[in-house]
Amino acid sequence: MGLPERETVTSAPVPLLQATDVATVFRTPRGAMRAVDGVSLSLARGETLGIVGESGSGKSVLGRTLMGLITDGPETSVTGSVLLGGNDVHALTPAGRRTLWGTEVAMVFQDPMTSLNPVKKIGRHLSESVRLHLGLSRAESRDRAVDLLCQVGIPEPARRAGQYPHELSGGMRQRVVIAMALACGPRLLIADEPTTALDVTVQKQILDLLQSLGEELRMATILISHDLGTIAGRTDRVAVMYAGRLVEHARTAEVFDNPRHPYSRALIASIPHLDLSPHTLLPAIEGRPPNLLNPPAGCRFAPRCVVATDLCTTQSPALTGRAGDDTGGAVACHHPLGAAKEATV
Amino acid sequence: MSAAALRRLTLRVLELAGVLFIVSVGVFSLVVLLPGDPAVDILGAGRPPSEYAELRHDMGLDQPLHTRYFDWLGGVLTGDLGRSVVPPQSEVSDRVVSALPVSAEIAVLGLLIALLIAVPLAMWSAYREGGIADRIIGAGTFAVLSVPSFLAGLLLVMVMVNSLGWFPRSEWVRIGDGDLLGNLHHAFLPALTVALVELAMFARVLRGDLIVTLREDFILAARAKGMSPLRILFSDALRPSSFSLVTLLGLSLGRLIGSTVIVEYLFSLPGMGSLVVNAANQGDYPMVQGAVLTIAVIYVVINAGIDFSYGYLDPRTRRVHV
Ligand SMILES: Nc1ncnc2c1ncn2[C@@H]1O[C@H](COP(=O)(O)OP(=O)(O)OP(=O)(O)O)[C@@H](O)[C@H]1O
Ligand code: SF4
Ligand SMILES: [Mg+2]
Repeated sequence: MGLPERETVTSAPVPLLQATDVATVFRTPRGAMRAVDGVSLSLARGETLGIVGESGSGKSVLGRTLMGLITDGPETSVTGSVLLGGNDVHALTPAGRRTLWGTEVAMVFQDPMTSLNPVKKIGRHLSESVRLHLGLSRAESRDRAVDLLCQVGIPEPARRAGQYPHELSGGMRQRVVIAMALACGPRLLIADEPTTALDVTVQKQILDLLQSLGEELRMATILISHDLGTIAGRTDRVAVMYAGRLVEHARTAEVFDNPRHPYSRALIASIPHLDLSPHTLLPAIEGRPPNLLNPPAGCRFAPRCVVATDLCTTQSPALTGRAGDDTGGAVACHHPLGAAKEATV
Repeated sequence: MSAAALRRLTLRVLELAGVLFIVSVGVFSLVVLLPGDPAVDILGAGRPPSEYAELRHDMGLDQPLHTRYFDWLGGVLTGDLGRSVVPPQSEVSDRVVSALPVSAEIAVLGLLIALLIAVPLAMWSAYREGGIADRIIGAGTFAVLSVPSFLAGLLLVMVMVNSLGWFPRSEWVRIGDGDLLGNLHHAFLPALTVALVELAMFARVLRGDLIVTLREDFILAARAKGMSPLRILFSDALRPSSFSLVTLLGLSLGRLIGSTVIVEYLFSLPGMGSLVVNAANQGDYPMVQGAVLTIAVIYVVINAGIDFSYGYLDPRTRRVHV
């Protein structure tokens, strides 16, 4: 299918996004909170990546740090580097970063009920960014706003443009938020749990919309979710995040078929299936995620891991290539699953 | 207009009428509280008692209170506020018409100055919450609030008028006299005196609301679009944060029109405050009634207008017309 295409994409000299050893630490009154801890990622033009992890694992903070919405400052320390289209996001001036936002990278937020300004009409949400970045006139930007609403599948776009956010349903509002992100044709879209706040019936529509827009506009996408199920079949690769770190990173199908990290396997086991009868109790992952103010030594998953050993509680496993895997997958575990099986083959 | 909207408006107007009725009763009953005998005030002391009784009868003062109230109300509704009982017995409405613009101008100008200074201060404070500027502004506004406004006015007079001579101390220049600049020159210092306390209140209230708004997701979303902080403050954060400010503004405007007595004395302005105080001292009850009623009506009308402005500030409170 997309294979030859991907080759041309990856042969580009500079990847669209190149994050190296990114760490985001909040200085809180109770101590340093390591929300993102040494994450490296890269993304080619048009490629799609899923980031999955439990609530509080640092997905949103990572997304915002990649974009430069969270920067180094008095209350936060950001280290490592993020190259976006060749620009070092965190070395730019605030004004320099703002020129990237909307045009190079854009974000879709989790809750469409709160990410639109209640006192601004829908049309203005869209027209103001095209006026700012593309320098369109008032009339042109109004037309562009209606086009954008049409593009994200909003019926009667001209009428909707004149309405306020509260006059639209949740699904419609999320379409507006997506249109807002698309307004200036970004090359990277970061969608931070774009469907978590929506009805189940609407979730699939929004995910389908994001996927088709991504393909149509050849836009690289990072889809953040706490639910591996939303990402299944929708992204090229998946990065599994646990307590601020990437614990597994591989082709999406690989992770599903052959998870190497015990946490990835537990996540897969907790995906709800449509063929389950309603109210089936899903196997939740035992225990709680670690306190990021004072994370455990060694592997952060160790207190909840069924195969943990002494090594795990003393030494932190590095993210390394998966044994017997030539697709570029990596896992951070002293005792990856399936490794023994590989050895016997 | 839909039937529902019409009904809402009618209810609103009835409510206003009710409030104004209560106000008028309150204002009228002031006459009972004021000391002195109007007949003696007008004729002077030492006349035969029959003359006083005759005058009281002519003025309707021997009628029961409710009859006098409705007589008075009838006059008010036709625009006749009555006559002063103190020589030269001028028309109350004439005096009100000459005093009201002075007070209104000082109040409006003062509030404009206050807003012009308070809004940027509040934005700066809220944007850099906890920073040095925020702390200085916080301490400064707190200090201003704890200084009585007459002291601030006295200081302004001493420095700007007496020492520097930047502002005149002479007679008030009426706004209608064609000398707008001269009028503003006179109005500026009293307006600034009034503005000081108000701006401190405005800045503190708006800062608090802005801080809450700036934490909203839609502010982050606006940032992610590449909007500059200044633009976000003005076009995204200000309007949703201005409910308390607008409420306060309405209350201040009504209050300032009637009670800037101290400032009026300080700058010898012929405004409503001095009109009421002088009339009360002389037992001039028709003057007190007329002036206080005017102030009260303005107060009620302004605040009804403020209520309507909430619909503009937040479209969610408007009725949805499908
Ligand atoms: N500004 C901040 N100051 C201090 N701590 C923060 C800040 N923002 C986030 N955190 C903390 O960082 C951790 C990671 O938060 P983050 O929002 O990235 O989690 P998440 O994976 O997106 O979870 P969710 O699924 O709930 O959105 C959390 O423990 C959170 O409390
Ligand atoms: S390193 Fe050890 S504790 Fe951590 S996931 Fe692997 S086996 Fe479990
Ligand atoms: Mg999140």
